[in-house]
Amino acid sequence: MQKRGLLGIEPLTAAEIQPILDRARFYQPLQARTGKKLDTLRGKMIIHLFYESSTRTRTSFEIAAKRLGADTVTITAKGSSVDKGESLLDTLNTLAAMRPDAIVMRHSASGAPHFLARYLETPIINAGDGTHEHPTQALLDALTILDHKPSLAGLRVAIIGDIVHSRVVRSNLYLLTKFGAHVVLCGPPPMLPREFECYSPNVTRTFRIEEAITDADVIMMLRVQLERHGTFLDSSANEYFRSYGLRLEHLQAARPDAIVMHPGPINRGREIGSEVADFPRSVILNQVENGVAVRMAVLDLLLTGSLSRATEELPKAGT
Amino acid sequence: MSDPSQDLLIRNGRVIAPSQGMDTQADVLLREGRIAAIGPNLAAPQAQRLDASGRIVAPGFIDLHTHLREPGREHAETIESGGRAAAAGGFTSVLAMPNTRPVNDNAAVTHFIIQTARQQSPVNVFPVGAISEGSRGEQLAAIGEMREAGIVAISDDGMPVMNSGLMRRAMSYASGFGLTVIDHCEDLDLSAGGLMHDGYTAVRYGLGGISSTSEEVMVARNILLAAETGAKFHVAHLSTAGSVEMVREAKRRGLPITCEVTPHHFTLIDEDVTNYDGNYKMKPPLRSRKDREALLQGLADGTADAIASDHAPHPGSEKMQEFEMAPFGIIGLETALGLALERLVHSGLIGLTRLVELFSVNPARIAGLDRGTLKVGAAADITIFDPERRWTYDVNQTQSRSRNTPFHGHSFRGGPVTTIVAGKVVWQVEK
Repeated sequence: MQKRGLLGIEPLTAAEIQPILDRARFYQPLQARTGKKLDTLRGKMIIHLFYESSTRTRTSFEIAAKRLGADTVTITAKGSSVDKGESLLDTLNTLAAMRPDAIVMRHSASGAPHFLARYLETPIINAGDGTHEHPTQALLDALTILDHKPSLAGLRVAIIGDIVHSRVVRSNLYLLTKFGAHVVLCGPPPMLPREFECYSPNVTRTFRIEEAITDADVIMMLRVQLERHGTFLDSSANEYFRSYGLRLEHLQAARPDAIVMHPGPINRGREIGSEVADFPRSVILNQVENGVAVRMAVLDLLLTGSLSRATEELPKAGT
Repeated sequence: MSDPSQDLLIRNGRVIAPSQGMDTQADVLLREGRIAAIGPNLAAPQAQRLDASGRIVAPGFIDLHTHLREPGREHAETIESGGRAAAAGGFTSVLAMPNTRPVNDNAAVTHFIIQTARQQSPVNVFPVGAISEGSRGEQLAAIGEMREAGIVAISDDGMPVMNSGLMRRAMSYASGFGLTVIDHCEDLDLSAGGLMHDGYTAVRYGLGGISSTSEEVMVARNILLAAETGAKFHVAHLSTAGSVEMVREAKRRGLPITCEVTPHHFTLIDEDVTNYDGNYKMKPPLRSRKDREALLQGLADGTADAIASDHAPHPGSEKMQEFEMAPFGIIGLETALGLALERLVHSGLIGLTRLVELFSVNPARIAGLDRGTLKVGAAADITIFDPERRWTYDVNQTQSRSRNTPFHGHSFRGGPVTTIVAGKVVWQVEK
């Protein structure tokens, strides 16, 4: 039996992603309207299960579900059976026994939703798993880019920062290269292993931010995940910003219509200068707004049955 | 006096005993736990008969690397259940790693293991003693006392000795007893946070990498220390191309360095780790395609001395977790021979004589055991296997208490048929 859900971008084809983006575009105007609530998902129950702290993603999913008329329950790791030593599988089986229509899940362990999907019939939407994937972030990033560019094909997208620890990067690498964009990854070598070039021939690496930004159409900045580096990183913001922080003068090398993105939360003065975050072609808040439209599209297509192939098991490597 | 009706005559098998240069069609007569005679058409009218035609009769297989979990983690395995799994895999002896609870770091624990095995295990169990107290890597364990009690080697397997000074002292001390020092070579600082081989698959899955160098720096360190101290040093579950090359060079220089390779490392690679399945999680991790090629080459050219299972039972509840939460290790006693036949023999890489060296002759030598031979008077430990028998591994039928294997459902060509310990049949395949 084919399971429904959205575990990642990797197993999807461009032809499967396109309808989600189209549907998201359909929901975009709704965000600016008064009276935003629809009844598309009336009577559906969605559990939001967040094992890792999250403000924007959790709120965005909840708002998306509510705007579609679904009922929602939110569980965070604190105050649940998680604290009582129950295994993840037992917790999820318990929740699934209450017959929700979908489980939206954020977990600090890479592959946690993929592991659960082997045992659960309930559709799972991955709201970020460890350092693996964050599919709705890549979808909302694509939607945001397409608000400013006619197409993803041929774009030069620079992604700069803590690449190795970023699930946003991995989902974006899949999505952007499936649509023909060229991705330049940039960061200090310990945050940018050479294996990242294996994702696609359209992925290149550089350790120099100036080189990454040259002729870029899109500049995507990432937070340094200090908590994942242990003691092996000079943790001063200044040391990082000096070599890898995005400053206003860098943008002169980019295309004149280049946009600046950041999945948040942003650390001003570490990976991005304050004046860049607030600069007119920064689309950081548009990303947040598009997040709701994209998540509405995913929930809609998933719970009305049109998104079925997204949870297929991870294919083996070797392209 | 001898009762001939208790004798066992293994008839008409292909007897392969590399230690005496034997590969011949013959009968083998076992009497009072010893090899009594080998030759064509032996006359032993009162002996029980075992037809071995079409099968290989070899000196009993010895697994240099088994975790029996008893004492302390009997829900995962016991000396009895692990012993039965060994017998079902064609092994007549196993070396029991010391990372039990308590750790086998003194004679009392060693005695317990030996006594329990004598009463409950169908196969011989030879304990490996800890290098350091509690395997904490701080102070040497009571190695001399444990040797008197019956340990055959020392190792802090699973909790590798990071302190080079302590390892140097351990090797020096062990050399006085002629004990082999076995090391699980892993620099814990280099492997910290790692869950699988450091390569593209780890990056793709967002799982922390365990670099090849985390093994290789310790192999290098230990070779240097062994050369300095004169100790016999054995690399446990060697997994990388770089390690193979270093052992090859050490042997070229005449150092007493040996190594073992596990069936899972010469069979699977990192790309086979599927769907965050904890049954593919072990240390060292499944390496790259290039590393596997080097291991196969090392097994063929004599660089690798032994095949060892690193049988590491964990209950299903522990493996059925997020990948990062699942413990490292898989069971392997029952699939070792099948995988070796498939990957090494049927692939044309090695012949059956070399296979018997890897499973029996060399492990006996490394552990200093008076076994691995079919000489008259030797212990009557015998492995009979059929290189062609077709069978499918169903882990639900395993003799082990645990089921953590990536080989469930695997179809094999060739496997064990009869396991004989001290002249007694302890396991026989179902017809």
